[in-house]
Amino acid sequence: MTVAETSHPTVPLARPSGLRGAAADWASDQRAFKTASWGKAMMWIFLLSDTFIFSCFLLSYMTVRMSTTVPWPNPSEVFALNFGGTDVPLILIAIMTFVLISSSGTMAMAVNYGYRRDRKMTTILIVLTAFFGATFVGMQAFEWTKLIMEGVRPWGNPWGAPQFGSTFFMITGFHGTHVTIGVLFLLNIARKVWRGDFDEERHGFFTARRGSYDNVEVMGLYWHFVDLVWVFIFAFFYLW
Amino acid sequence: MVDVTARTIETAVPPAEVPDVELYHPKSWLTTWVFSQDAKIIAIQYSMTALTIGLVALVASWLIRLQLAFPNTFSFMDAATYYQAVTVHGMIMVIYLLTAVFLGGFGNYLIPLMIGARDMVFPYVNMLSYWIYLAAVLVLVASFFAPGGPTGAGWTLYPPQAILEGTPGYSAGIILMLASLILFIIGFTMGGLNYVVTVLQGRTRGMTLMRMPLTVWGIFTATVIALLAFPALFVGAVMMLLDRALGTSFFMPAIIQAGEHLKYNGGSPILFQHLFWFFGHPEVYIVALPAFGMVSDLISTHARKNIFGYRMMVWAIISIAVLSFVVWAHHMYVSGMYPAFGFFFATTTLIIAVPTALKVYNWVLTLWRGDIHLTVPMLFAIAFIVTFVNGGLTGLFLGNVVVDVPLSDTMFVVAHFHMVMGVAPILVVFGAIYHWYPKITGRMLNEVMGQVHFWITFLGAYAIFFPMHYLGLLGVPRRYFEIGQTSFVPPSAETLNIFITVVALVVGIAQLVFVFNLFWSLKKGRESGPNPWRATSLEWQTPETPPGHGNWGKELPVVYRWAYDYSVPGAEQDFIPQNEPPSALNGARAAGH
Repeated sequence: MTVAETSHPTVPLARPSGLRGAAADWASDQRAFKTASWGKAMMWIFLLSDTFIFSCFLLSYMTVRMSTTVPWPNPSEVFALNFGGTDVPLILIAIMTFVLISSSGTMAMAVNYGYRRDRKMTTILIVLTAFFGATFVGMQAFEWTKLIMEGVRPWGNPWGAPQFGSTFFMITGFHGTHVTIGVLFLLNIARKVWRGDFDEERHGFFTARRGSYDNVEVMGLYWHFVDLVWVFIFAFFYLW
Repeated sequence: MVDVTARTIETAVPPAEVPDVELYHPKSWLTTWVFSQDAKIIAIQYSMTALTIGLVALVASWLIRLQLAFPNTFSFMDAATYYQAVTVHGMIMVIYLLTAVFLGGFGNYLIPLMIGARDMVFPYVNMLSYWIYLAAVLVLVASFFAPGGPTGAGWTLYPPQAILEGTPGYSAGIILMLASLILFIIGFTMGGLNYVVTVLQGRTRGMTLMRMPLTVWGIFTATVIALLAFPALFVGAVMMLLDRALGTSFFMPAIIQAGEHLKYNGGSPILFQHLFWFFGHPEVYIVALPAFGMVSDLISTHARKNIFGYRMMVWAIISIAVLSFVVWAHHMYVSGMYPAFGFFFATTTLIIAVPTALKVYNWVLTLWRGDIHLTVPMLFAIAFIVTFVNGGLTGLFLGNVVVDVPLSDTMFVVAHFHMVMGVAPILVVFGAIYHWYPKITGRMLNEVMGQVHFWITFLGAYAIFFPMHYLGLLGVPRRYFEIGQTSFVPPSAETLNIFITVVALVVGIAQLVFVFNLFWSLKKGRESGPNPWRATSLEWQTPETPPGHGNWGKELPVVYRWAYDYSVPGAEQDFIPQNEPPSALNGARAAGH
């Protein structure tokens, strides 16, 4: 460190302007993103890659929906619940979406309390987020069960194009897997916060990397991403 | 070149932004050598696995060639075996060998060393990456022994035939193939995230992006492409797996087979082609960009000259990467497409020739009036340039719709892609192994065996693939089990096929010289010392050879210049290492990059 302390630049370096300046900033010494930790940078790039996966899924869904010659079942009717004799369209999905969006709120608060070193509130909020996530997956399981009872299968359904069931189970299944993995990781992070790993900067399992409250934020990035993806699935699959 | 006093440059190195990292210190033999988190060990594990499975692909290519030259001769060869050999050869060579060896092998070894890092940013994830890759390879190997054997659908796995009865391995082989691909992508993503973040965030003091050796630029950009292209293959593989295992109809239209309407209805086979080639075309550059990067460093080092147009080279790599995502449908001209799309994709395809040609000119201009040492790595590097130009020029034919339509699915296409993305990158893999082996082992590879290996491989590759252009122009189709009697294929084509096969067998056997050399030199090779090629980049400046865990001993290196200060006027030696402080130069005019 002694070298670092004594070698501050004495002369300000000439800074190019315009596009050259932008390129020079990106290419600058040691780090391209000056405020991002390694974990955060890695999560952002992973999410970019995952975005491509979900985009491919959704584009494929649109393609088969256009290519199939059989009529597409009406989502408003398929995803309706019957309350006292009246069909309420999309009511379950509306509740699921509300729950998941709320969990993004609790997650954001958890990150904030984490940086304030409030172990108790952080733990509570992360557990609450995980609870909302688990509720979402539970309601999804209910929705799957209901549709399967009505005869929807990946290879066919009573109302029209077989691709309806295929894409439904594949896309919501893939998203539900993301939520489930997220819940497991949230619980693990909650345990670490509660135990004080991030205050003591303890080592993780089989690694020399130390824990910090940055981990809560990185976890939050993943969680918000999963919520954002759900908004697109909701719009393209249920509302279209 | 700005003439500044040495003192100012030295003080201009900014302070460290991130404190030096700790590493996991292995406590047992198992965590040191097997479940290692050291990128260098992981690199060797990746490379050895890739080269081993590559030998299987080599044997598969022999089977293909034997059948093409001597139809109805071998009892072990029937149509199913032939198609399985074709599929296994293509799939292994492109994904399990080239992608893995360039990114998992060279990426892991060279990135941390070349940018002055102690290791990858998350070594534990990096270790998992290798073990999942190994699992993918094992699942692939398992498909050889599954009932019905591996899939024979061709490496492109086009539906509907890939999962229908009549295609070899339709029962179990295709399922294992798709599962293996999914595993590969998961494993690669773990490693790829590490390579990208290490380059972006883990460089040592003074190592700006524009001072990185082009090897790192090539591997880095290729990894970014891979992280954005593999998702399409992942989705395609998942959907085909569902089509096969659950009977969904994503890619399967209504099909009548033997008078019977199959269970499929209303899917889109073209959708798979789009997903596959959205991955498949960038894949070409996933393999090519690391080769571009390494060959730049090989040429510069062995010609004792700075690379010509460094910045241009970097921007060419980046623009090739961007363009690679908007050309995919040139693989689908004969699939049926709205004509304007053909025009669009032909145009973008031809535009890629501009940055690529620029790179070729820069390599040649680097050689021009250089102090060229014809070492084995240099021979491979020069061989790469000619082979790549050759394969690239036929790409201009195939990129145009009207020229492509008659040539599509002929041996001309086989010749083209083997030259440009088969032989050319493999030549760089060999060159790079001869170049970096001394750093990995502390010993030189044997020069005589290297020369023998080079000349047989290089001349042999031309003898194999050059005639295939003529076969293609005659109209000889690719992938056919046998041609039989046709009016348009003259008997001389058979003679040519026999010639190609004989050469292919010889070239294949010559690779054993290389494998023997690898092991022989480990014990008997000449000791190399830390920097046998007198190169400038950081990996040659490590305190130990081979570098120890953590690479740099106590202090991380500090970088003062780019990686190409060769033959600097006034300098004592004809190279100045990147970490040589300006004060030690006695006024030599090093480039102020």
